[in-house]
Amino acid sequence: MSEDEREPPYLYADYVGTRLRAPAKPLVHLPDGFHDFPAPVFPRTIAELDHDLTRQHAGEPIGERIIVTGRVLDSDGRPLRKTIVEVWQANAAGRYLDQDDQHPAPLDPNFSGAGRCLTDDEGRYRFITIKPGAYPWKNHRNAWRPAHIHFSLLGSEFRSRLVTQMYFPGDPLMPQDPILQSIPDQAGRERLVSRFDPETTVPEWALAYQWDIVLRGRAATPFENEP
Amino acid sequence: MTPSQTVGPFFGVGLPFEKGEQIVAPGTAGAIRVEGQVLDGKGEPVPDALIEIWQIGSGFGRARTDAEGAFSFTTAKPGGTPAPDGRTQAPHLNVTVFARGLLRHLVTRMYFPDKAEANAADPVLNLVEPARRETLIAKNCGGVLHFDVRLQGERETVFFAI
Repeated sequence: MSEDEREPPYLYADYVGTRLRAPAKPLVHLPDGFHDFPAPVFPRTIAELDHDLTRQHAGEPIGERIIVTGRVLDSDGRPLRKTIVEVWQANAAGRYLDQDDQHPAPLDPNFSGAGRCLTDDEGRYRFITIKPGAYPWKNHRNAWRPAHIHFSLLGSEFRSRLVTQMYFPGDPLMPQDPILQSIPDQAGRERLVSRFDPETTVPEWALAYQWDIVLRGRAATPFENEP
Repeated sequence: MTPSQTVGPFFGVGLPFEKGEQIVAPGTAGAIRVEGQVLDGKGEPVPDALIEIWQIGSGFGRARTDAEGAFSFTTAKPGGTPAPDGRTQAPHLNVTVFARGLLRHLVTRMYFPDKAEANAADPVLNLVEPARRETLIAKNCGGVLHFDVRLQGERETVFFAI
């Protein structure tokens, strides 16, 4: 199975939102190289505390405090340093700070649900947040999204751009979620599920989840750095 | 590779940022304004899309659509860029589209209406069937460049595999 076949299709009828938004015509393939160009400078400021979603307000947010860490790698396992990682999520009650979110669950005045960081020299990122709640959506009868954190990654090149979602191990809502199930194979779906990380868990303070992210790109060319 | 997932409808808290639509400041000499609308397969506006522009040499832009599916950017007009095969590509903007209902982002290009000669020789436009090329060329509406993104259906925008 090629890497492209592991990606979700544009049209996945079980996810109703794709039906009028998926392109109907085939994508146009360009010869190699046309999309191999470096990322321009990212103009958004990333401040020291932007990785800590629990310290953006006067008080602490309600919910289960968690640490989410991992590495951003190329397909040869090399770390991708200075990758921009942006996250956003629902609060512990399953509500987003968004005027279009009408789920009748409480907002948390101490939680906005967005953060940012840059990966370090080993490709590592680290966020402190609270575990997001599941929430209902209107895709089908009694549809609920499994708990997830949205991730946006901006690497050093155009082709490595990725927006995806991280899920939590053992969530019983995953098998019925058409967004996760749109990924054709089990191995691909499992790549989006974090792992409970007892080593990073801080005693008396916060559970940790670990999730590595592999980006595509020209850097994945084999033997590029071989002597 | 880590598979893609949709940006969903609630990215507003996380991705748009102040002045993200200003790749160059308005009023800068030579600045151009790009306006457009994202439309679905029924021609309805897509109010929860995010557009990014990656412009070699100038910068990065990001803007969400509003309730009418409309977005806008201010940027500098690009020059021609070398193609991997040594030819010259006509000036263009690299445009990516994210939205609820898009499990992967889409990639397209915006070319310029006053560059007919360069567009006719452009190696990428020449890979597109002639009847669909016009979906990639902005229209000049009183000095503003208008570029709509039709996700599906009649006059569907050409999108590129990445």
